[in-house]
Amino acid sequence: MSLEIIEVTKRFGQTTAVDHLTLTVPEGEMFGLLGANGAGKTTTFRMILGLLLPTEGVIRWQGEPIDDSKSHLIGYLPEERGLYPKLNVQEQLLYLGRLRGMKKTDLLPEIDRWLERFHIRDYANKRVEELSKGNQQKIQFIAAVLHRPKLLILDEPFSGLDPVNVELLKEAVLDLKRNGTTIVFSSHRMEHVEELCEHVCILRRGRAVVAGALRELKRSFGKQILIIQGDGPFEQLARFPGVLQWKRTAEGVRLQIANEETAQAILGHIAGKFAVRLFALEEPSLNDIFIEKVGAAYE
Amino acid sequence: MNKFFLVAVHTYQTKLKAKAFLVTTAITCLLIIGVANIQPIIEFFTGDEKPHVAVIDRTGSLYGPLAKQANHNQIALTKITDMENEAKEAVKEGKWDGLLVLSMDAKGLPEAVYYANTIVDNQTPEELERALSQLKTALSAAKLGLTDEQMAELSKPVPFQKVALEKNAKTEEELNQARALVYVLLFAMYMFVLMYGGMIATEVATEKSSRVMEILVSSVPPVQQLFGKIIGVALVSLTQFFVFFAVAFAALKTSGQEVWRFLGLDHLPASIFVYALVFFLLGYLLYAVLFAVLGSLVSRVEDVQPAITPVMMLVVAAFMIAMFGLNAPESAFVTGASFVPFFAPMLMFLRIGLVSVPGWEVALCLALLAATIALLIYFGAKVYRGGVLMYGRMNIFKDIKQAIQLTKK
Repeated sequence: MSLEIIEVTKRFGQTTAVDHLTLTVPEGEMFGLLGANGAGKTTTFRMILGLLLPTEGVIRWQGEPIDDSKSHLIGYLPEERGLYPKLNVQEQLLYLGRLRGMKKTDLLPEIDRWLERFHIRDYANKRVEELSKGNQQKIQFIAAVLHRPKLLILDEPFSGLDPVNVELLKEAVLDLKRNGTTIVFSSHRMEHVEELCEHVCILRRGRAVVAGALRELKRSFGKQILIIQGDGPFEQLARFPGVLQWKRTAEGVRLQIANEETAQAILGHIAGKFAVRLFALEEPSLNDIFIEKVGAAYE
Repeated sequence: MNKFFLVAVHTYQTKLKAKAFLVTTAITCLLIIGVANIQPIIEFFTGDEKPHVAVIDRTGSLYGPLAKQANHNQIALTKITDMENEAKEAVKEGKWDGLLVLSMDAKGLPEAVYYANTIVDNQTPEELERALSQLKTALSAAKLGLTDEQMAELSKPVPFQKVALEKNAKTEEELNQARALVYVLLFAMYMFVLMYGGMIATEVATEKSSRVMEILVSSVPPVQQLFGKIIGVALVSLTQFFVFFAVAFAALKTSGQEVWRFLGLDHLPASIFVYALVFFLLGYLLYAVLFAVLGSLVSRVEDVQPAITPVMMLVVAAFMIAMFGLNAPESAFVTGASFVPFFAPMLMFLRIGLVSVPGWEVALCLALLAATIALLIYFGAKVYRGGVLMYGRMNIFKDIKQAIQLTKK
């Protein structure tokens, strides 16, 4: 039982927003959808929600198509904030929660619990337009999860939040996952996806260029990252056999190398030439994979 | 269904609590109270000053009866013996509001000249003229030696009755009452659509511009949302109307005027009220759906006005034709137009109220109207669902096309 996206294509007239996309999100997993702006993330989300119908292909949740009768099972946090600016926080959450099929008596303690958790209980009677952007985002998040959805879709959930609040929200997301919620989310921040998701998919012009379990992806990526900090000079390392990429950092260099043997050779080469403060071999980051596959930096 | 009520109640409550709504309602209530008490208010400002008019009576016999009449009409007359020129000076100085010079013509009938600084005030001279005319009639009658009965006979109007030969045609009395009722209801329909149609469109556009719509469409089917809004606003309007009526009733009661008389609708068949209700509801529904759909197409509240103007024009056109139709309900133009769904709520009701319309025509008209509404709801829900996902500059026809495309595969 899971979310299945099978051979889905969405065309708007001449343009193809999503092109033969196939994804499976196992139940209870967290799935990261990455892609540059315009890659088709939001369109994919809208199709999952049933706001748009796929031109071809099917989307199924637990074996059935998603329609209005399932709205109480699904939570959605849109990329743009979508709240009534004039309503106060409590009324707002009550209304949106009831629209997802919850009873008022069940909602009130739940709202209280979430506001408490996000340290914004004092704002319960304030109008949303009076709140800061970050606090609005928290309200938006609560609105998406208030009805304990089975499937949660988060479109850029961490945008506009300071690091403290990002942690707060991350914790909440992880809690939901522990309770069995299937979560699909997109983020600008690679490290968030890396930290939270087991499975990822990188979209490029509507096509999935990379998809699968994150650990597998990293292993099969082959290349590794070598970080050296020291006095230098590092310039000659750029032409060292086995070095694929060379990038200067504040205190040294960051190299992408073909394999572990290259690292050994480099260590032998620089030993005794200058002072080395750090010499570390790392797994490739998602960002490395992304840049390799999409051909450009994400941001 | 549950969600439909949620949307309706939500719309109702938020609208009712909105400051703008409360202010408009309060201002309108004040206006109503003002209009109901217009007499006392005017009197308050003008005081109880009667116009004081000086009279130079050259006949010696007219002043007495005239003063009696004038006193009735709230004009204070004072007989003076000054010369005419002196009296005119006195008027200029403001001692008198006017000067009336009475004399007899060659035939021994009254004649008068009225002097005042300006003759802007029509009321006083008119009252005086009327009083004098009555005196003159009495004098002439006395001269001719007519009795009171003969006088009464002379001034009696000709009995003139209009009788309709057609079996179902309305009697004159019915027709007058029907015309009054039709007029009142047409006007109510017109006001209702203009006032609350815009409210629906704005309501939808506001939700869209705050992007809350994206969450709404993912939790409530668009048709339920559409109807929730429409019913919610209808409830708001009913509440507002109820407040207006209550205030008007109370104001008229307390001001102690006898204006509160019903139109005397006892001669009208009950069916016309049923028709009124049916056409009113269908008309509201038709326009409300149109307004809601137009509201879903624009991205900003500022764009609502230009988007709904064409529909507003349609309502105004329907009302204009109806006003023309009040006096010519049988003209081919009105008959034809009464089958056009956008005009039907007003025009077919007008025809039913004033002439006898064959049953099949009414049935056809209702069927056309219902079909149009069903069609509008069907397309409306599609446009609505797609429209709320579109942002950007607007071009109505292109937008409708694009919105429908968005709901397709």
